[in-house]
Amino acid sequence: MRTITYRQALNEAFDEEIQRDPNVFLIGEEVAEYDGAYKVTQGLWKKHGDKRVVDSPISESGFIGMAVGASMLGLRPVCELMFWSFYTVAWDQIANNAGMVRYMSGGLINCPIVIRGPANGGTNVGATHSHTPENIMATIPGLKVVCPATARDAKGLMKTAIRDNDPVMFMENTMLYGLEGEVPDPADGDFTIPLGVADLKREGVDVSLIAHGRSVLIALEAAEILSAEHGIECDVLDLRSIRPLDEEAILETVAKTSRVVLVDENKPFCGVSAQIAALIQEKAFDDLDAPVQRVCSIDAPAIYSPPVEKEQLPTARRVIDKVLSII
Amino acid sequence: MPVLAESTTDFSKTEINAALTAEQKRHLLRDMIRIREFETGAFEQYQKKKMGGFLHLYIGQEAVAVGSVSLMGDNDHVITAYRDHGHALAVGMGMDECMAELFGKRTGCSKGKGGSMHFFAPDKNYWGGHGIVGGQTPLGLGLAFGLKYKGLKGCSMCFLGDGAVNQGAYHESLNLAGLWDLPVIYVIENNGYSMGTSQKRSSAFNTCLAERAAGYGIIWDVVRNGSDLYEVREVVGRAVERAHAESRPTVLEIATYRYEGHSVADAKHNKQTLQEGYRTKDEIEHYRKNFDPIGNFSEKLIQEGVTTEDEIKEIRKAAVAETRASVTFADQSAFPTAEDLLTDVYSEVDHNTLAGRTGRHFFND
Ligand SMILES: Cc1ncc(C[n+]2csc(CCOP(=O)(O)OP(=O)(O)O)c2C)c(N)n1
Ligand SMILES: [Mg+2]
Repeated sequence: MRTITYRQALNEAFDEEIQRDPNVFLIGEEVAEYDGAYKVTQGLWKKHGDKRVVDSPISESGFIGMAVGASMLGLRPVCELMFWSFYTVAWDQIANNAGMVRYMSGGLINCPIVIRGPANGGTNVGATHSHTPENIMATIPGLKVVCPATARDAKGLMKTAIRDNDPVMFMENTMLYGLEGEVPDPADGDFTIPLGVADLKREGVDVSLIAHGRSVLIALEAAEILSAEHGIECDVLDLRSIRPLDEEAILETVAKTSRVVLVDENKPFCGVSAQIAALIQEKAFDDLDAPVQRVCSIDAPAIYSPPVEKEQLPTARRVIDKVLSII
Repeated sequence: MPVLAESTTDFSKTEINAALTAEQKRHLLRDMIRIREFETGAFEQYQKKKMGGFLHLYIGQEAVAVGSVSLMGDNDHVITAYRDHGHALAVGMGMDECMAELFGKRTGCSKGKGGSMHFFAPDKNYWGGHGIVGGQTPLGLGLAFGLKYKGLKGCSMCFLGDGAVNQGAYHESLNLAGLWDLPVIYVIENNGYSMGTSQKRSSAFNTCLAERAAGYGIIWDVVRNGSDLYEVREVVGRAVERAHAESRPTVLEIATYRYEGHSVADAKHNKQTLQEGYRTKDEIEHYRKNFDPIGNFSEKLIQEGVTTEDEIKEIRKAAVAETRASVTFADQSAFPTAEDLLTDVYSEVDHNTLAGRTGRHFFND
């Protein structure tokens, strides 16, 4: 199969969806003429023009709110937040308008928008630019949340997100944009991945590592070392979408291994992993041979200092230590 | 829209500038040169991978910060966005603590926690250093509110970019400033671009961005040549006077230009592209040649007989040496440790007060 980067995979998804549906358009700061701050939309403005790829001033509340309104008329805006961190500026539009217009209208109005951009720490850009708000988005019933870890998932999930009739919060990662992975060739047909379906990225029998986004790669790295150095074989379950959540897949891996370490770049308090832990204790308590463990970011705003920021995020080392502590 | 242009007025003769002593003028020149050399040095260190993340250089805009800050009295305050090194040095922060912050060291002004975009020095009335575009504009208003509340005669100078003027928070701030007569001065540093977007692609306006203030009943003014430190001082000076005497806000727009990329991580500094796309090399050269705040002021001071070429060379040499020393200082300083992550989050915990000891504050293992 051909190999492309996570960035190219997303770019392909936009290109294909723009061509497929005249209601799809991209909007955001520097997405058009500048090709995107992280070059995710490279070439699309040149190819599709001003109407389909729109540069916005620095007015997140304005353009995202506008996109919500336009989506009520049936357009399918794909909004880029240069960093997901800037959701704070547009939060009312996301939470109260995108998240609730359908409910408040008794189901009369749809809001088929995608809000996307990188949501990650690890690049030394400081606390204001390093938020990972997938947990916060997922606390709003009405919003969907997706966090792909690989190029293949990024493409398949993005195409589905754009076609979804509900608002989808799509979290990418600047540290993944350049990573390559196998992605089906467009010549082989339309490729999509449904939301709400997790993916078992490695099979084992001893411990389940459950993660989303870049933490999946940390979990895989840890699983590799655990296997080579300790003979411990891990299931690595990639949630891919946070809401809807693939509860069945979670319970299945827990039933198989009876030991769980959750790897999560969120801060621990009400992080995604807190919800998963609650779910496991409610529904799989009897399957467990050890308490559910978590490896999260250290509970403080993101530090700038490059070597310390590395330590603040989940590391393979910390995952391994946790696994060894419950085996 | 104000683009940098030679003024016909000689601002060196206005009252506020005529009052400057020769020593004060040399000091202003020295401040600009120190900023230039510090940032040139920081950029070199960035390329040597001594720091990470963003580095937004102020090179080309020095007259704005130095001119404005030179008007500050004891109760005047400054706040800006992420392009904050110039303002920091202008208010008197040391190169050592600034360079160490860029290196992510414990001896940095924010202990290595904030980085390039987040320099602070409350003891020098300098309130940052803010990464979210427009986020500092209500804070600047708050400084003005605090001054008025306390009955102090002072002002808040809040700097923002030509892109930041399109954030809702700024417009809400303008309304409050006009409504409550708060002594805030919004200084729009119009360098023509927000990242790769030219001003005309980002803003709807009549004649200029500052003019929007009229809709809120706020007085506004423009500096046409932001590379002329004298003009900056004259126009900002009037706004400071208005704030002090009448407790009224002002919106200023200062035409200026940045020579480097938006951040040094950007296209201009990327070896593969070396082309920004959104502006031409000729354009950059035009401004470098004709509107260099340091060259411009040097020339004026030489003409006035206040300084000489040789003396300026000495000033530059000293600034280079100071920069080098700051690099050594930063290099030799220690990084914070993982334990340092959990300090400076809650005051009550740091001070081990009863409140800090009551209930769980952190949720690590
Ligand atoms: C809310 C928010 N949106 C977007 C950004 C990303 N961003 C950082 S600087 C910038 C351009 C700002 O331009 P301008 O206000 O003109 O200031 P300049 O960089 O020219 O000093 C953008 C879009 C941000 N930091 N915060
Ligand atoms: Mg600008």
